[in-house]
Amino acid sequence: MKTLVWVEHDGSTVKDATLAAVTAASKLGEVHLLVAGKGIDGVAQAAAKIAGVDKVHVADDDAFAHALAENVAPLIVELMGHHDAFVAPSTTSAKNIAPRVAALLDVMQISDILSVESEDTFTRPIYAGNAIATVQTSDAKKVITVRTTAFEKAAAEGGSGTIEAVSSTGDKGLSTFQSQEIAKSARPELASAKIIVSGGRALQNGENFRSIIEPLADKLGAGVGASRAAVDAGYVPNDYQVGQTGKIVAPEVYVAVGISGAIQHLAGMKDSKVIIAINKDEDAPIFQVADLGLVGDLFKVVPELTEKL
Amino acid sequence: MKVLVPVKRVLDYNVKPRVKADGTGVDLANVKMSMNPFDEIAVEEAIRLKEKGVVTEIIAVSIGEQKAQETLRTALAMGADRAILVVTEDRVEPLGVAKLLKAIVDEEQPQLIILGKQAIDDDNNQTGQMLAGLLGWGQGTFASKVEVSGDTMTVTREIDGGLEVDSYKLPAIVTTDLRLNEPRYASLPNIMKAKSKPMAQKTAADYGVDVAPRVKTLKVVEPGKRQAGVKVADVDELVTKLHAMGIAK
Repeated sequence: MKTLVWVEHDGSTVKDATLAAVTAASKLGEVHLLVAGKGIDGVAQAAAKIAGVDKVHVADDDAFAHALAENVAPLIVELMGHHDAFVAPSTTSAKNIAPRVAALLDVMQISDILSVESEDTFTRPIYAGNAIATVQTSDAKKVITVRTTAFEKAAAEGGSGTIEAVSSTGDKGLSTFQSQEIAKSARPELASAKIIVSGGRALQNGENFRSIIEPLADKLGAGVGASRAAVDAGYVPNDYQVGQTGKIVAPEVYVAVGISGAIQHLAGMKDSKVIIAINKDEDAPIFQVADLGLVGDLFKVVPELTEKL
Repeated sequence: MKVLVPVKRVLDYNVKPRVKADGTGVDLANVKMSMNPFDEIAVEEAIRLKEKGVVTEIIAVSIGEQKAQETLRTALAMGADRAILVVTEDRVEPLGVAKLLKAIVDEEQPQLIILGKQAIDDDNNQTGQMLAGLLGWGQGTFASKVEVSGDTMTVTREIDGGLEVDSYKLPAIVTTDLRLNEPRYASLPNIMKAKSKPMAQKTAADYGVDVAPRVKTLKVVEPGKRQAGVKVADVDELVTKLHAMGIAK
């Protein structure tokens, strides 16, 4: 089976999410990559070095510069003429594109897989991760998105894929990129952070979030996350949100501060190796999944913890 | 313009799902069902566009069992004008739903379709994108802001790392993210009024669409349980444990 993997990139570097998708794709067969964008030679070179990659298809055109689904999906559909599966990481750009590809190919997509059981059988979470379904597809061509925290990352070096330019399918004229606003942070990205410190509604405001959560995160070299409640209340930007509707993370250590542990939040972090909870309510559901729990007032306990570490 | 809002009846988001002992699925007998939260946001957005004078008619659509009527009545009580229920006792996958919706779009000719970004039962996040693909329309997914002006729509989209603004030629598709709006509650008088709003009943066969599933669920199990942890007495004990685990130096 020949698989085509969507390379998630920012125009200059290959994102880690791609490496997890490559691992999943390699369980299906020969791995080809697709690098689409504008001025992406560097990304293509880096992609060719990923271990286990046979070929890198490069589509360099203005129409692909911002990965608009309306322009990228027809390109992928064309490449699927000689591939058996399309595999993409569950990033927002791939979640935008992959179902459009599936519909154009008249196949059902398998979203957010946790494992490859065989060529046509996969496991995936449903109901916010409260159940795991084993599903089998009867479609000849497969369109799959991969939960990146469920697969090891392929080595970024050591491969020697051949690079091949593909001709553009052009701008479909349905959509236009206007602008982008990327939150800048010196801290590790949530998706790849080894340690994450997350805050919830109990922080009360954005100022407390910055003065209590961030120093602890910095002490631990951790990424900073938040519950939906903290995001909705405006303490931190949307992209901090960990949960069913935000980011799914599985760091080595997840520190939940002032987070009760609602179903939708647990869905985003319960595969973390070690969970540490600090909450003043000893009956908070977060303690049912926490390896280490401390019942106490976060305004007192967290600064003390930061100081003693 | 006319706007179409597909809504799904799902297990209420506050209910903890129970996996059936025989591994065939999640137990939905005698549990509270509600409108998918993202779809409430979609209905709300359609109503706001109507209140701004952009939209003239809102059609709510649901595909599923007879009880999905309740979900449509909720949409009507919020402010939708009429409803279409496509009755089926079988499970319909996003691809089948997208095909049925395309058939309805061909009939109704809306300029805008607003869907939730994902349903909280299957967590697929596919239907809106699939429908856009089938129709050959633009798709403003994960929307946190929607502005319609003339025959163009500008959508602020929630992406990894921040926000992106894209514009689309109408007709087009929007899928809603959580922060698009705060859905309103239906008032009692509006709930009463909704009972007399029109609701058409159709079947998949009426549209001549093949909705046979492509994906078979072999089994459904509970996720692995985490081992119970320990509670520490104070910060010092926590620090000691963290040191012992090699988390902090």
